[in-house]
Amino acid sequence: MSIKKRVAVVGAGMTKFMRRAQETGKELAYEAARMALDSCGLRIEDIESVTMGSAPDAFDGVHMKGEYLIDGAGAWRKPYMRSYVGGGTGVFAPIHGWQHVASGLFDTCLVVCEEKMSSCRPHPQAAFLTIFDNLTERPLGPNLVWIFALEMHRYMHVHKIPKEKIAVVSVKNKKNAMDHPCAQLAQKITVEDVLNSEILVWPVQRLDISPTSDGAAAVVLASEDVARKITDSPVWIDGVGWNLDTAYWTNRDLYYPQYVENAARMAYQMAGIKNPREEIDFAEPYDPFDYKELHHMEGLMLCEKGEAPNLAWEGVTQRDGKLPICPSGGLLGVGNPIAAAGLMKICELFWQLRREAGKRQVPGDPRTAVAQAWGDLMQVGTVVVMRA
Amino acid sequence: MSVKIKEYPGTPLREEDLKQGKVLLVSYWPKARYVWSAGVAIGRYLTELKNGRIVGRLCSKCGRIVVPPRMFCEWCFRPNDRWVILKDSGVVNTFSVSRITADATRIKEPLIPAVIQIDGTTDAGILHLVGETDPEQVRFGMKVQALWKPPEQRTGSITDIKCFRPIER
Amino acid sequence: MTAKVAVIGAGMTQLRSITPDLSYKEMMFEAAVKAYNNAGVDPRKDVQSFVCSSEDFWEGTSIFDEYVPDQIGGSLKPVCTISGDGLYSLITAYMQISSGLIDVAAVEAHSKASEMVSIRNIMSLALDPIYVRPLAADPYFVGGLEMARYLHESGNTREQCAKVVEKNRGNALRNPYAAHPSKTTAQEVLASEIVCHPLSRMDIAEAADAAVVVVLASEERAKELCENPVWILGLGWCSDTPCLEAREWGEAVYARISAEKAFRMAKNVQSKDVDLLEIDDSFSYKELQHLEAMGFCKKGEAGVLTQKGKTAPNGEIPVNASGGSLGMGYTFEMAGLQRLCEMVLQLRNQAGERQVKNVRTGLVQCWRGIPTASGAAMILTSERS
Repeated sequence: MSIKKRVAVVGAGMTKFMRRAQETGKELAYEAARMALDSCGLRIEDIESVTMGSAPDAFDGVHMKGEYLIDGAGAWRKPYMRSYVGGGTGVFAPIHGWQHVASGLFDTCLVVCEEKMSSCRPHPQAAFLTIFDNLTERPLGPNLVWIFALEMHRYMHVHKIPKEKIAVVSVKNKKNAMDHPCAQLAQKITVEDVLNSEILVWPVQRLDISPTSDGAAAVVLASEDVARKITDSPVWIDGVGWNLDTAYWTNRDLYYPQYVENAARMAYQMAGIKNPREEIDFAEPYDPFDYKELHHMEGLMLCEKGEAPNLAWEGVTQRDGKLPICPSGGLLGVGNPIAAAGLMKICELFWQLRREAGKRQVPGDPRTAVAQAWGDLMQVGTVVVMRA
Repeated sequence: MSVKIKEYPGTPLREEDLKQGKVLLVSYWPKARYVWSAGVAIGRYLTELKNGRIVGRLCSKCGRIVVPPRMFCEWCFRPNDRWVILKDSGVVNTFSVSRITADATRIKEPLIPAVIQIDGTTDAGILHLVGETDPEQVRFGMKVQALWKPPEQRTGSITDIKCFRPIER
Repeated sequence: MTAKVAVIGAGMTQLRSITPDLSYKEMMFEAAVKAYNNAGVDPRKDVQSFVCSSEDFWEGTSIFDEYVPDQIGGSLKPVCTISGDGLYSLITAYMQISSGLIDVAAVEAHSKASEMVSIRNIMSLALDPIYVRPLAADPYFVGGLEMARYLHESGNTREQCAKVVEKNRGNALRNPYAAHPSKTTAQEVLASEIVCHPLSRMDIAEAADAAVVVVLASEERAKELCENPVWILGLGWCSDTPCLEAREWGEAVYARISAEKAFRMAKNVQSKDVDLLEIDDSFSYKELQHLEAMGFCKKGEAGVLTQKGKTAPNGEIPVNASGGSLGMGYTFEMAGLQRLCEMVLQLRNQAGERQVKNVRTGLVQCWRGIPTASGAAMILTSERS
């Protein structure tokens, strides 16, 4: 690998994350894109390419959803593509954007992620049936939560993790989210509340899960030649990695996300990070469920396998702890409009590394951070390392 | 920038707003219908399920026997070598207890989805349900066996196996 | 500055109207094996990134990217999906290599169109849910409207469009990969039933199933691995408005802009230097519209050129010697990659009976189909410079 061009994030924007928005998908995309442009003083004419990230078309009820969103994303008569790796899309879209600029083809790229899950009625959950194998799994009528529960249970069993040490993540993130102006589910809860919440698919309970949401986020990427002209403090994308495991998820031991580790290694190699535990100041791993944050922390090699629950329990991952995890409030607190949620984490890294995160600001002098998204049938890891 | 931005766009709606007609609604029911070719591998798998048997495939290069079967080994990247008729018993690799169905409806009798590693396979497992048991009794590593529907009710589907039930205590 | 990237291998399964015996996984495996063999690479060792094309609703499965890695050798490797034509995935792989991140990439696309029972309903799902779908029209109306406007503005005729069908389906007779070769005459096309005036049934390319995999490499690796690399000289892609109401119906603006970008990037190549075109003809009039938009002739001239045989395989500007989508079969998201595969064979002098003489530089183009106004173009050459 011999990367030729450095690429920076120079602007970011996002909408509120809501259970149900009045805005259409196009409007959500527009609002986020508009804000990202305004945040760095650029006009749409200054943008040379646009890339979109959006997860299942089944939610919006629009086939070829990427095409439908073109005008909202500012891509009229521009080079435009949509990438899609399930839940990993939110962090893959900026990687795709990075590829646009690092290739030398463009100096600027606008990355937009949008999700409108509320269009699917009576409940977006039902659309998830179609992600399972059409011939060997769908006839069993699986619910998406089953697959999380199977993984969570395996993780808990292998490492003998008590539920409390996982529940504490939900408490932390929903509390962190109280300082996030776009948050859908910010609230003060206790470990007791989580353990007493409705059992959906044991060991998954209601307060372990992030909700379905509508929302959009956007970032502006620029090559090093122009980044400094646009802003005094560009935040550099120094590492990118992505990895997809086999579709045969039932042929794997689910206790460890090997694909996240592989993606992290790819990103760390590019970023020149040899010791992630020492060199990463804070992280935004994907947390659609509380145990996922821990699972991914281990995959990102921020701690030993099985150690993450202890770190969470001991407060190490609090915003003022030694290794802040999800200072934004994550998906559990801010909301989960699938692709937009991943990009929200990139926005968070951007704001944190520029000391613009307000009440959410991680103390000290954070310089290097990692964001990660996950998706599919416990399959994809997408990782981005950013530096101030 | 997030400190400088005062307003974040987005107009939340509630379910009541829709029900009370405060927002105009357009409804559409997609008619997306498909006929999928099971192909060689799954075609045989489903046919054998109708016969009351579980089949897998062997890759003689790495020695893995896999189920659900495919005609290639994804790790060696080569066509695999032969069919293997497997026992219909196995071991619970992981399980959970579900109080909801595919569209989030609550159910009284819980379902027990599980990944069952079929005896004789390497790292293989299939998704199915554990049944004929109290959810409290299910354990990691528990031995289970397929409970088949009677032959005349089988259609060549994964549901030809009603569930996997525990064998031996 | 962008790097030099080459196609070092390609593999395609035969296009067929139906494939009841094979699952999409088995077809992808076949194409992958052919491609990796052609490129002389082991995907588990040499290929560092895999980019696939798909759209959930063509497949009937959400988050379809879940199901791609195994049969193309991508398990536990960097794999991603682009919701777009295979040519877009190729461009993504190009960017990955040009960035210096990786050296060898594989690109995949396939079509299992025969599995879509309610194809028109699925196509309708791509129409705007508020403004267009409630009209409940056959989605091909978009093609009808565009054809009508295009013929009106350009002065080309239905007969000339029908000639495109005659040419391409005839060309396909020499293509062993083709699914719909035939000796169709322009008269038969004009006599076929009207779907949405002036679009008739035979103006529309019939669907086919197939899979294709293409392998790309950086300049250094291409020289190591391959004796006859096909170099990518230029590329461009563009999306015009998705709003039917706001659209330019007469001109294929996306094709004009894509080609402009591709030629600008290719520097010393002009339209007259292109020896062969493999461009979208999923509707007969589209071939004419794309030729004019990309500057290969003036507006209104493409019909006459076709009638006079200038776009025949032995003509001045050979177009779709493969048979195009009309002759080979329309493969949805695979269409662009199918044309690229044909172009690679032509540039390597391996196109058998359908080989066009003296092909050294070619242009491949795609359109994403109804109801989009998006497409991409790519210029390739076999010449070392």
